[in-house]
Amino acid sequence: MNDFRLPLGTIVEGFIDYITETFGFLFDFIRAVFKGAFELVDVLLVSPPFWVIIVVAAALAYFTRGWKFTLGTVAGLLVILGVDQWENAMDTLALVLVASILAIVFSVPLGILAAKSKVASSIIKPILDFMQTMPAFVYLIPALILFRVGVVPGIVATIIFAMAPGVRLTELGIRGVDHEVVEAGQAFGASPWRILRQIQLPLAMPTIMAGINQVIMLSLSMVVISGMVGAGGLGAEVVASLNRIDVALGFEAGLAVVILAIYLDRLTAALGTGGTPLGRFFGSLRRRPRAVPVAADEAPARTNEPVAV
Amino acid sequence: MTETIAVKADRLYKAFGRRPHEMVKKLTAGATRDEVASLGTAAVIDASFEVRRGEIFVVMGLSGSGKSTLIRMLNGLLDATSGTVTVAGQSITGIPATQLRDVRRNNVSMVFQHFALLPHRTVIDNVAYGLEVQGVARAERLERASTIIRLVGLDGWADSLPSELSGGMQQRVGLGRALAADTDVLLMDEAFSALDPLIRREMQEQLIELQAELGKTIIFITHDLNEAMFLGDRIAVMRDGRIVQIGTPEEILTDPANDYVAQFVQDVDRARVLTAASVMEPVRSVVTITAGPRAALRTMRDLQTSATFVLNRDRSFAGVVRDRDVLRQVKAGETDLRSIIRGDATSVTPDTPLVDLVEPSVGSDLAIAVVDAKNRLLGVIPRVTLLAALGNVTTTTGELPLIEPPATISIKVITETLRDTALEGAEL
Repeated sequence: MNDFRLPLGTIVEGFIDYITETFGFLFDFIRAVFKGAFELVDVLLVSPPFWVIIVVAAALAYFTRGWKFTLGTVAGLLVILGVDQWENAMDTLALVLVASILAIVFSVPLGILAAKSKVASSIIKPILDFMQTMPAFVYLIPALILFRVGVVPGIVATIIFAMAPGVRLTELGIRGVDHEVVEAGQAFGASPWRILRQIQLPLAMPTIMAGINQVIMLSLSMVVISGMVGAGGLGAEVVASLNRIDVALGFEAGLAVVILAIYLDRLTAALGTGGTPLGRFFGSLRRRPRAVPVAADEAPARTNEPVAV
Repeated sequence: MTETIAVKADRLYKAFGRRPHEMVKKLTAGATRDEVASLGTAAVIDASFEVRRGEIFVVMGLSGSGKSTLIRMLNGLLDATSGTVTVAGQSITGIPATQLRDVRRNNVSMVFQHFALLPHRTVIDNVAYGLEVQGVARAERLERASTIIRLVGLDGWADSLPSELSGGMQQRVGLGRALAADTDVLLMDEAFSALDPLIRREMQEQLIELQAELGKTIIFITHDLNEAMFLGDRIAVMRDGRIVQIGTPEEILTDPANDYVAQFVQDVDRARVLTAASVMEPVRSVVTITAGPRAALRTMRDLQTSATFVLNRDRSFAGVVRDRDVLRQVKAGETDLRSIIRGDATSVTPDTPLVDLVEPSVGSDLAIAVVDAKNRLLGVIPRVTLLAALGNVTTTTGELPLIEPPATISIKVITETLRDTALEGAEL
């Protein structure tokens, strides 16, 4: 009896062995897809000259927030270029974009499901807790076994870690849509799908965008861990500098991560809160009756609220 | 099903809780709402009514009385725990979701308390929403929506967003959206409660105009009794989930089913709701024109009044004669009442509100005559009766002499005159 031990670890290990053997082809397929997606985005970012990327990023910055953000963007990207981390930064950006897009593709439908069904919500919630709090190294091990060293286990680990706020905020946003407006849709005979598409999603968009913003931020925070399993990019530089106790390299690579993070955060936050067609939903949500008509084409005031990184 | 019934509710129950059916069983067996409170909330208990086509049916009750739950069962937004709802001859209880959506698209639309407009869509797209759901092509639905926008008085606002409109205008959009869907039945859930009083009055009047024009069946929920009285062809009063009385505004006001309703209606503006027909008294002092002055004088003596109503041969209202004139006529031996009929009697139709009776009542000491379309005398409203009705004081506490105006010539004089002239007549 003294030797009794809950054999949880052994069971999980056996389970991973089993699926590696049985569903190996499936994981090979997933690996190929993820890898293909990453390489495609990476080629798009790395092959053009640096100034093309800077111009595109600056244009995006200008249309979402204005000229101040544009100046900051150009300055930040020039710093990355100046410390000779351009290619690594583009690799990292590609990884973050692919992982974020995949995380959003998985998390938004899950969030909708959770909002629609209490049962789904009560199943999804603990799984999200698990995914978010289990140390990332732990699921890196099976990810390494299943997907082998390279960029793919990094993407998988990033998706797992970053998904949770996407699901949570999508659910919150849809549940927070004015009940009476949803009822109005029902009362006129709209189907659930139409209500979702025309009422719930547009009205929940600011919250969903906040979720997407968080997904991207969390993806960036996984860059270093991805670097450890061979995903390359800025993460690999940080890991290398750690191994060599290279303060200079560590700081330069780390700063590049921060610059990317701030840029992506401000960009996506602006999409959620105003100044863009998407942001208009937010303003119109808070219906303040006004007797004085305003010009229909007058855009709502831009919000410049800073978002903490 | 009969053509005249637009919506029918039959023994509707709605219970919220973990075991709603058990609650309904207990309620059917006679348990009160409080007795089943441990199981959950009984929102609607045993509600049955029929709404006729083209009628404005008002459901009135305080908050928590279950009226919002009731209206949501009428278009299936909430499932009835027990009982059936019939809309346009089709039962909507327990039918599949797709069929229910068809009913909502084609038969019942709804106006919401807080407007429930789609904030990201323009006014015209909001108005056209019902048509869009019905699958009407874009060009046609925009055309129909612009007609409706004109109808509800929002010309020039078609391309504005709801947030740019005032509350009253937003609710016009809500009303327009329901009208554009072109359903027979309109459910209005506290539709005007969020508006300020002046706008509310305006909307109420507009609703009545629209209803007269379009002939919709309207089920209107409100907690405001004056609104209920103003709009309702019939009113259902709800309390604690039960319908305690269904009747016309006058029936509710003049004959409340219980103390609760009575208490509820005591603050209502009676002068605008009550009509001449509901307060008029039977005519007692009346003679036909052919009966002659002697009969008129005798009537006035018996009833101790100074005037009497005169009817033509076909029973239509001719006017009033005064005792002095009749006495003179009798003394002079004339026999035609026609020459002394005064034109100063006021006659009104039965549906005149009491508020319009005050002025004529002040201006003349005669009772006001109530006549129908064929000018037949239906009843009279003496000043005392009008005052009693306005003050909600009963006038039937015994043999009160309600006849006005009081006699100005003593009985003795009349009797003597009658005797004298009778003797003369006998001699002749």
